Parts: sequence; structure tokens; C-alpha cells
Amino acid sequence: MEKNSRENNTADIASRRDFLRKAGTYTAASLTGTAMLLSPKPSKATANVSWAEHFQKHYRLMTEEEKAEAIERLEKRYSEEFGKKVSVDGSTAIDGVLFGYALNIQKCIGCRRCVKACVAENNQSRGKEQEIEWIRVLRLEKGNFSEEDRDKGGYPDDYGIQVGGNAYKPAGVVLEGQHYYEPDKVPEKDAFYLPMQCMQCEKPPCVKVCPVRTTYRDPDGIVVIDYNWCIGCRMCIGACPYWARRFNWGEPDLPKEDMNPVTHYLGNRPRMKGVVEKCTFCIQRTRKGRWTACVEVCPVGARKMGNLLDPDSDVRKVLATKKVFRLRADLNTYPKFFYFMD
Amino acid sequence: MKRFSSFVFDFIRAAFSGGPLFWAWLLFLSFFIAAYGYGQYVQLVNGMIVTGLNDQISWGFYLANFVFMVGVAAAAVTVVFPAYIYKHHDMHKIVVLGEMVAIAAVIMCLLFVVAHMGRPDRAWHLVPGIGILNWPNSMLAWDVIVLNGYLLLNILGGFYFLYKKYTGEPINKWFYLPIVYIAIVWAVSIHTVTAVLINTMPARPMWFHSIMPIKFIITAFAAGPSLIIIVFLLVRRFTPFKIADNAIHLLSQIVTWCLGIALFFMLSEVVTELYPSTEHAGGLKYLMFGHHGLNALVPFYWTSLGLMVGAFILLLIPRVRKNLKILPFLCIAVFLGIWIEKGMGLMLPGVIPTPVGEYAEYTPSNIEYMIVAGIWAFGFFALTILIKGATGIMLEKVKYQETTEQPSTSKHPGTAATA
Repeated sequence: MEKNSRENNTADIASRRDFLRKAGTYTAASLTGTAMLLSPKPSKATANVSWAEHFQKHYRLMTEEEKAEAIERLEKRYSEEFGKKVSVDGSTAIDGVLFGYALNIQKCIGCRRCVKACVAENNQSRGKEQEIEWIRVLRLEKGNFSEEDRDKGGYPDDYGIQVGGNAYKPAGVVLEGQHYYEPDKVPEKDAFYLPMQCMQCEKPPCVKVCPVRTTYRDPDGIVVIDYNWCIGCRMCIGACPYWARRFNWGEPDLPKEDMNPVTHYLGNRPRMKGVVEKCTFCIQRTRKGRWTACVEVCPVGARKMGNLLDPDSDVRKVLATKKVFRLRADLNTYPKFFYFMD
Repeated sequence: MKRFSSFVFDFIRAAFSGGPLFWAWLLFLSFFIAAYGYGQYVQLVNGMIVTGLNDQISWGFYLANFVFMVGVAAAAVTVVFPAYIYKHHDMHKIVVLGEMVAIAAVIMCLLFVVAHMGRPDRAWHLVPGIGILNWPNSMLAWDVIVLNGYLLLNILGGFYFLYKKYTGEPINKWFYLPIVYIAIVWAVSIHTVTAVLINTMPARPMWFHSIMPIKFIITAFAAGPSLIIIVFLLVRRFTPFKIADNAIHLLSQIVTWCLGIALFFMLSEVVTELYPSTEHAGGLKYLMFGHHGLNALVPFYWTSLGLMVGAFILLLIPRVRKNLKILPFLCIAVFLGIWIEKGMGLMLPGVIPTPVGEYAEYTPSNIEYMIVAGIWAFGFFALTILIKGATGIMLEKVKYQETTEQPSTSKHPGTAATA
């Protein structure tokens, strides 16, 4: 099951009864929450945030000493909460590096190993209540002409993304896409796949709309978030044309044993409820010269990344030799995430 | 200083004096306010997961109400404007009531925003100096400035007028009139900025229209005066305060014309979207006709349209419009119609389908209903006592007397800040 259970809930055709049932669950959950607050021992990851952490400055405005202090504070808290030695990295962008990414849609088989690897690497919330994934793989139907569909109004009964289609007269060609798919085997014969994640735009609309500058573009081109400064207004979610940002609706559910202890302040450190998160090109890895988790795990080598300023990097080679496109180029966001075909 | 403390004391005394009906009304509202406190507490402890919102639909009921209330607040200008620009005599005296409506509405706006925020505990991050306000880049930063500024202007203008009336001193025109004129322009700005806040995101094609700011203002100038008419009629009925029929007729004319223009804008939008019927029309089509069985919003759209069109046709008939027995019902229809149009009709289809084209339905959770109802109750509570206090002073029920020794111990901390 790749589905985000919370998303899935709402994607269902919500009947009245379903709503009432859900409301009941929420109320029950609220009562548990209240009980949790009263119990002396914090059971959730971010329950004992210190005053110092609560009143710290925006990360970018901190002096070096303040940054070191903040990081030490976090390392101590995370280590206690997760029962293991957790490191929080604060390494800055390397000079002369601008990260770029290229994804081969011809090779992608839709297996979603990247999604799984991303969740494991980046400490996203998991479990029934709230499952957060930074990568979503869209399954797009191949454009076969089907005589049968011709008189069905051009659309299948299921809902999803209308990629092609027509305005008035059904032509019979159905190009629907969606990210909820559960095949027995991938790749499927009649489909191709288009994974989406944060495009690390050069002109990110999310950065522009943030009222407190909590999200910003670092010099290596990665758009980052100071989770401790985010006020949770979700303007960035509204502004993102790629649906790349996720919100921690409740306290993230991150099991101790699965937590990845190698973290970065602006990347995969455990988040708290009420803040936004998204793909950071695995900042904790890439700034140390490693591949992102998704590049590393891809079984077909569809994912390439590297330094856009280096002519010998994988991504530059792709740009030079392949047919490349970006999503929603009309919006002038200048993504550094390219799609290509052989 | 003694004068001021006696003003505060007398204002509160006037605000909280009334018959059994008045106290029953406050008690009734308090019930919802208590539920609001509980709902907000549950949401703070558990996070926004107690709402019906999700990653597909991350803006919902709270922001819909916020947008609507900004309109009501802005509409206070329709009372102030004719009074000062056209020197409309009957309006002049009741400007202060419009300002009280604006104060209550802006307070509600701020509460809706707090309810919408994932981390209200970090609201101080917005305060320049101790935090960072991303101005002028972020439209939300603009909104923070114009809303708080509008609140201050109305408190300053409204209470300065009342204070002078209370002490019997003449009004210093060089101080008061600039505030009034600035407030008029400012009122337009709060709704413009709120519209621009959501229409500057090409990721949300339904909102990405240049018609949005003017449509916001024109719908606000239909809904706001409708509320103000109802408030005036209630004030006339329950207090000896005189409001001339003429003032109400002028307001109902404003409602009629603004409603007509609003309907024309809606028509323009529908034609522009549905004729080419591109992918970008998805939101509007979902709102009007539903999408493969997902049609939760469809009844709201047509109800709202029916209320607005019906009210408009009736308001066009002078005999009906001038009948003060029928008018309140038409006002309620307009108010309700636009409330639906701004809530279910604007906020939700703006985010459905998502940027990747996913359709999902959203129903507010019980906690959301509790909080929204509670904030409305809080707003009506504030409005009631503000108007009670203001009419008390305007009717000279309470007046400053040099000789009386007022005990200043009962000074209320909340209202003392209104200086």
C-alpha cells in the first residue's frame, strides 16, 4: 500500500455516514490527545521542546555560535527522545555547486522504491493517522485509441487527472493519470509513470509568498525550510504548482527504531506538528557528496542528479544530449528538476 | 486621565446594561464561545489533524469565513463614505455604528486566521523586530499590515468620536477627519489585499483572475450593508436611537447595485471559463456541476445563485425595497448568498482539483464547526456590547459630569487599550 491513508480518506467519495464516522474518530483522538497532555511523561517526539528552542531566532539570522547552540540543543533532545545518538548537521552550501536533477520517464517503471527510500531516509511521518510522502508517482495511461471508450463520454468512471481529453465530443482517446495505483506487477503494459517531487525552482513561488521567510533558497539551489520558524499558514502549499509540499497535520508518527539518526537542520531532522516539509534533495547526503536516497535506490537508473555548474556531471550530460522538458514551464518557476527521454 | 477612566467605566456600564432579552442573548452566545474555547484547545493540543483539511485541501472553512468577514469589515466604509463625501446628514450620526461593525468584523478575521494557523504559538514571528515580516514580497504580510491598521483606525476613529461626544467637547477636525478619510481608502485596501493574496497564485487557476479584487469589493459592498441594515433596524427597534428611513433606503440602494454588478462579474467568469473549458476550468466546473459523483458543492452553488438572483430581482422593485418589513429578509438572503459564494463557492473550488488534477471532497469536522460557530458568536458578542455602549453615549444616557466621583477601580484592562 503506497497510499497516503489520510489523502485516501478524502479522495474517497465521502458519504455522509463516512463523514460522521470520521468525525467520531477525530473526537476520540482529541480526547486521547487531551489525556496525553495531562500525563506527565511526553510520549511524542516534540513534546518537550525547551523554552530556548521555542524562542530561538530564524536559522539564517543566527550567529555561528547560536547555530551551534541550536544544533546541540536539538541533538540532545532527539537523542533522548529516540533513544539513540542523533546527529544534526549544519553544513552550508558548497561554493560552485548548484544542484540539478534529471528523471528519465522512459525508464521509470513506477515501482515506487524511491518513495519508500525517501520516507526511510528523511524521517517522514508514517502510520495510519498521517503518512507523508515527498515523492508521488503519477500513473499515466498510454494514449491508445479505444473503440469501446468512444461512447462513454471519453472518461472512465474513476476520477483522476485529465491529461488529454476533449471539451465536447468524446474522441475515444482517454489519457487519465493518477497517483493511486496498485498493480500486481510494474511496469504495466498500458501505462507510463511520472514521479513528482519538489522541483527546487530557481524562482520558487513558495519562497515568495512565505510571510516569515521561513522557507528560502540556499546558494546551492536547494529550497529549504526552518521548521522551527514556520507558522503553519500554508501559503506555500497554495502557491506550489507542483503539489510538492506537505503539512504535519498532527504530531508526526516516527517510530524510534525506524528513525534515521543522521540528520541535517534544514533537511531530515524530525519535524513537529503544524509545520510544512518537502523534498530537500537529501540535503544531509548531497552536501556531503553522496547521492540522494531516491537516486541510490532506483533499480532502473532513471534518476540522475549532480552539479549544474559542472559540465561533466550526470545532469549536465543529460541536458546536453537528451530531449529534456520541465513541468509547467509556462509559470516561469525555472525548476531544476528535468524530465527526459532517451 | 480621570475623564478617560470615567469614559471607559461608563462605556462598559452602558455596554452591559439591558433587559432580560439582552442577557439571554449574551448567555446564548457565551455557550458557543465556550465551545469555541474547547475546540481551539483540542486543535492546539492535537494539531490541525482534528480538522477535515488535508494535503489536497489545505485551506478550508476557516479561511472561507476569514475572506467573508474581511468583506463585512470593509463594507463599514459604505456607511462612512456617503456621510463624509456627500455630507449625507442622516448617515453622519450613525457612522460610529459602522465603525463598531468594522471593529467586531476585524476581530473575527484575526480569530479565523489564528484558527487557520498550524502554529499560532509562533505568531510573534510575524512581528518586525522580534520576528521577520516578509514585506513587500509576501501578500500575507501585506494582509497582516492592512488588517491590523484597519482595526487601529476604526478603534481610534470610533472611540475618539464617542469620547468627545461623552465629554461634550468639540471634535478636533484636524485630527478626526484625516482618520476618517484614511479609513475609507484603507477599507478598500483590506479587501483588495485579501483578494490579491489568493489571486496571485497561478497554481490555483480558478483564483488566477484579475476580476478577483473588484469582485471581492463589490460582493462586500452588497453583503456588508445588508448586515448593517439589519443591525440598524435592530438598533431602531430595541433602542430609542433614531436612524432615519432615508439612511436605510440609501444602503438598500447600494446593496441592489452592488449585487447586480456582482452577478454580472459571476456571469463573466462563468462564460470565460466554460466556453473554452480548459483544464483550468476544473474548479468552476466542479463547483457548478460536480465531478464524477463528487458533487458536495453543487447544491451550495445553486442555492447561493438563487438567493442572489432572487434578492436582486426583488430589490429592483422600489416598493419592495422600501418596505422595511420585507427588506430584512432580502438582506438575509443577500448576506447568506454571498457568504456561501465566498465560502463553499470560492475557497474550496480554488483548491479542488489540486495542482496535479486530483479531485477530493472536503467536509469540515465537528471541531471546525465548533470553532467557526464560536468565532461568529464571539463577533456578535463583541458587536452587541460595542453597539450598546456606543448608542448609550450617542443617546447621552451616559455623559461626563464634572462633579460625580466615579470609582476608577473597575477599570477594565481590555478596553483601556482602546485609547
